[in-house]
Amino acid sequence: MPQGWLWEPGDTKTMGELALTNLTSPMILFFVLGLLAALTRSDLTIPEAIAKGLAIYLMLAIGFKGGAGVAEHGVDATLIMALLAGIILSAVLPVIAFPLLTWTTRLSRVDAAAIAACYGSISIVTFLAAAQALETAGVAYEGYMVAIAAAMETPPIMVALWLAKDTTAGSTFDRTVLREVFLNGSIVVLVGSFVIGWVTGTEGLESISAFVVDPFKGILCLFLLDMGLVAGRGMREGKNLSAPVVAFGIYMPLIGAAIGFFVAQLIGLSPGGVALMTTLAASGSYIAVPAAMRVALPDAKPSIYLPLSLGVTFPFNLAVGIPIYIYAASSF
Amino acid sequence: METFLKKRIEIMVETPLMSRVIAILDDLGVSGYTVMPAVAGRGKDGSWHRDGQVGRVGSVVQILCIVDGTRENDVLEPLFRLVSRQIGIVTVSDVRVVRSDQF
Repeated sequence: MPQGWLWEPGDTKTMGELALTNLTSPMILFFVLGLLAALTRSDLTIPEAIAKGLAIYLMLAIGFKGGAGVAEHGVDATLIMALLAGIILSAVLPVIAFPLLTWTTRLSRVDAAAIAACYGSISIVTFLAAAQALETAGVAYEGYMVAIAAAMETPPIMVALWLAKDTTAGSTFDRTVLREVFLNGSIVVLVGSFVIGWVTGTEGLESISAFVVDPFKGILCLFLLDMGLVAGRGMREGKNLSAPVVAFGIYMPLIGAAIGFFVAQLIGLSPGGVALMTTLAASGSYIAVPAAMRVALPDAKPSIYLPLSLGVTFPFNLAVGIPIYIYAASSF
Repeated sequence: METFLKKRIEIMVETPLMSRVIAILDDLGVSGYTVMPAVAGRGKDGSWHRDGQVGRVGSVVQILCIVDGTRENDVLEPLFRLVSRQIGIVTVSDVRVVRSDQF
């Protein structure tokens, strides 16, 4: 059994133990609570404004901490390589996902392209959960991984338009879409907080740690309760998805993870960074890309790509994927 | 009291399209409009609920405006071009208003 560096010397956690630790963490249990509440049609809801407020807080906190981390440890050539690798990775993944979908499912080209875009892009909440799992394990990771996450959001949208080019005669894609994607709220808060954290450094982090560090876990739990509710609704909506489409929602993250893992190893990220790059490559977007797809590829059905990303891949990554990615990163 | 016949245009559209609908209304010089969030609903593409959403997809807004009957087609044509392939409904109905000069 390979002994990972994520644990104290002598601590020989197996893959199963790591998965169990993950599954019994408050974070995951709150997500499961939300999931069950939605599946049993409880009237539990988190108001939209609160959900958006929680999301902004989490982006701000993770961005700021990432920036402060970069200020403390400095930057090196790996940052540039990781940034380029992230962009290339996010552009390549849809090219892999698209033929898999067209070969294994009966989806139209435009639906396949929209799904491929989601799986090339990233889920920032999955990233948050993985980062939190690493922090709980006491594992450091490159602070600039936050910037890599932001950089990976957009390229898949352009690739999806190219993949669906035969069916986009009436596409309403324009510069406004690009602006909306590049300047969507989560990117602005994430990158802006990262820059502020970088500029103000550890002193800045200390001065607001009572806000961005201490309550982070509790607020992430509340946010994941809401994500559980949303994912549960996604699952209910996704019951009409065909088996090959649902299967794609499970195997595509693993393909993405394998490629992300290989790329992260190649550019020499730390094990924590490898775990995060793997997670980013494995995750699928359900915020930025679907919003862009509704404008750029209006014929693609959101009733397919949204429940797939939110109701299948997100819970899979959260419960099963993240422990695998962390274990793999710590084992090589 | 004297009232005047006008056209009430009601656009139910998915939230990512909201800014584009508003831009059209602004460009056309429509004197006013109101945007209201819809709470929940169901259409041929499935159901949606506003609560808990962190993204804009999966929610719908209602945009209301009242125009003079002579401008009905000027407003509807660009609106139709925008929303015809999107999730949404555009309806037009007759209404009577008190202050005709406002529209």
